[in-house]
Amino acid sequence: MRFSIYRYNSETDREPRMQDYVLEEIEPGMMLLNALIKLKAEDETLTFRRSCQEGICGSDGMNINGRNGLACITPLKDLDEPVTLRPLPGLPVIRDLVVDLSQFYRQYRAVKPWLTVHDPEPEVEFLQSPAQRDRLDGLYECILCACCSTSCPSFWWNPDKFLGPAALLQSYRFLADSRDQATDERLADLEGPYKLFRCHTIMNCVQVCPKGLNPTQAIGRIKKLMVKRSV
Amino acid sequence: MEIVKTDIAIIGGGGAGLRAAIAIAETDPKLEIALISKVVPMRSHTVAAEGGSAGVITDKDSLELHFKDTVSGGDWLCDQDVVDYFVEHCTEEMTQLEHWGCPWSRQDDGHTNVRNFGGMSTARTWFAADKTGFHMLHTLFQTSIKYPSLKRFDEYFALELVVEEGRCQGVVAIEMATGDFYFIQAKAVILATGGAGRVYMQNTNAGIVTGDGMGMAYRHGVPLQDMEFVQYHPTALPGSGILITEGCRGEGGYLVNKDGYRYLQDYNLGPVVTEPTPKTMELGPRDRLSQAFWHEEQKGRTVETPLGHAVHLQLMHLGEKKLMERLPFISELAKTFLGVDVVREPIPVRPAVHYTMGGIQCDGTTATPLAGLYACGECSSVGIHGANRLGSNSLAELTVFGKLAGEHAAAFSKSNHNSDAGLLEKQAKDAMDRATALLNRENGKERVAVVRDEMATTMEEGTGIYRTGDGMQATCDKLDELRERYSSVQLQDRSRAFNTEWLTTIELGYMIDVSQAMAHSAINRKESRGAHQRLDEFGERDDKNFLKHSRAHYNADGPPRIDYGDVTITKLPPAERVYGGAAKKTAA
Repeated sequence: MRFSIYRYNSETDREPRMQDYVLEEIEPGMMLLNALIKLKAEDETLTFRRSCQEGICGSDGMNINGRNGLACITPLKDLDEPVTLRPLPGLPVIRDLVVDLSQFYRQYRAVKPWLTVHDPEPEVEFLQSPAQRDRLDGLYECILCACCSTSCPSFWWNPDKFLGPAALLQSYRFLADSRDQATDERLADLEGPYKLFRCHTIMNCVQVCPKGLNPTQAIGRIKKLMVKRSV
Repeated sequence: MEIVKTDIAIIGGGGAGLRAAIAIAETDPKLEIALISKVVPMRSHTVAAEGGSAGVITDKDSLELHFKDTVSGGDWLCDQDVVDYFVEHCTEEMTQLEHWGCPWSRQDDGHTNVRNFGGMSTARTWFAADKTGFHMLHTLFQTSIKYPSLKRFDEYFALELVVEEGRCQGVVAIEMATGDFYFIQAKAVILATGGAGRVYMQNTNAGIVTGDGMGMAYRHGVPLQDMEFVQYHPTALPGSGILITEGCRGEGGYLVNKDGYRYLQDYNLGPVVTEPTPKTMELGPRDRLSQAFWHEEQKGRTVETPLGHAVHLQLMHLGEKKLMERLPFISELAKTFLGVDVVREPIPVRPAVHYTMGGIQCDGTTATPLAGLYACGECSSVGIHGANRLGSNSLAELTVFGKLAGEHAAAFSKSNHNSDAGLLEKQAKDAMDRATALLNRENGKERVAVVRDEMATTMEEGTGIYRTGDGMQATCDKLDELRERYSSVQLQDRSRAFNTEWLTTIELGYMIDVSQAMAHSAINRKESRGAHQRLDEFGERDDKNFLKHSRAHYNADGPPRIDYGDVTITKLPPAERVYGGAAKKTAA
């Protein structure tokens, strides 16, 4: 199987280049990450992140044949050759497929992604009905792989001002949590033309999310809450 | 080399490290904390834990029962005073996580729900669907962001500990993006680096689970305890080793062989039951289930798949609704990796290495024999798992003992000062020089991937589910050879920016040390207990000679020295481990 992989070393290279690789042995059911690990055993300079290798840790987001995804859950059999691999778009490249995600993490942090409760803590758990818990479905599975935000043109233009789909999905995850008591503060924090309202429902985020989540829908729901709050 | 001064350095940003950090911040917000991790915290392996976390909560349950299950599950090699502390503190930690936002699955009345788990005599496993580790880790990570005294060093690779005047006083780390060296000077250090499952070929572990913390402590003379006890999880996907949670069986899944026969009834785990029944059939402990698979394979009763032998895990009878509510991630994994629709077909599964019961020797307060050094979570051996860990005790462990490590390290840091800076920096510089020499080495003959694969293969061959003296000896010999060959690993990648070959090679050095500790502890344990089962003349448990913790001591010039320490027995004297119908009889 043929691969064309983006190579760049911030320490030594002035320009990035694409390098061709061939992998002879393809096992049944092999994922793209397994192929990268095999290619790396031959060329140890090839650099990418990886950890859990089962789509739950979010380390190996990359641009695969033009579309962001996780290498560990992308079957080789679904890919056209040469498989073209580039780093997630729009972020500074540290090396090869490894990008600097600082900006992405800053925006995550900016939505205060933790449960805020003003009442005194009870001795036991907060009660939450199964139906209330179910409202987190589609929100709380985000693995922070950055596939969505780095596919979003609004994020490319304003990565420091627009929070991006991943962070906004997290924001709504707490807004939707029956236990959270900071709705008003959370919504107030999202005021202004950029943080939330730069989303123009392009929906690239929905297209690429490897966990099948819908950040655009979550953003739409936040916008509704904002309207309700302002009237 | 950059120098950073802090009060407490925590190495590892998984569940245990984050819990420790929060405990320190809550104990005293003035204490400065440095959290050093080779991955951004939510990439840590805690993320992959699925089934749940133990904590006594129902009316039918008691601390006494959790204690007994844990001690007998561990084949009596547990320190009972520590198990007592553990079971007393699990539930408050689960509740604490709930207050921090952990999305536990719920009962109709709004209270948190619990499920059955292997070796547990009643339902006491708290769960968040089948992504419990993921949700616990994210909750801890999110909560940790609130504390300004916590400074994270994400993607900093911890290289070596710095020890002076008999106290651990910091750690040397490499900033991965640049390859720059940092000396993080601290008054106390907590190791929370996770297990070492990657020393085996077939394992359920993330690529980062390489035993670094164990290796770092070990090289400074801290013994590694009970390392021969390596847990095979009975249900992983063939080939990839991806974990298929015990929660599947907790919810009522069946294991069948190629004839569709629920074979566990042949291994003292019966009688056959149709509903999930504590300690019976599929809810037996992991060591027994993995051993049963081995026997089925010997008898030719396993299923052949393109990726090796397997048995079938049937979930079809649970129905789509329950599968989507309780086991959504398993459904997703089976679909993605095998194209299996769990609503209609069984999942082929087989045992794979999952957990290191042993680890860095520490007392019930997480203090290691080296002053100022604490260990918590899977890298540690605090004494609760014995010879076989029960599922859902490890997530609980990392909260209970993560917190304790934070509190004790905080107290230690307040009453101790660092030694002369010049002496500490000299040591840090030596560590830097060693790592730089590896990077600049010329004319080495070995490749890191080759040595690593040979190590993982020999560990599988000699120290697997069943072991023999000859097999273990062959592995010990092979590891001697690999250790020698390791010293001539040649790097292809000579740059400093995100050089993963360099870091992988440093990891491999620690992995070989840890493998030696495992293999030599195993060959020296001339009995069979829990996850250490021998097919030779030492096939029985021998309490007279081996109701003892093994301790491997590092030796720079050859194999480790093994000696033994006492096991604390307080109230439950050693007895026979019984499951299935026999367990019911004993309880009555």
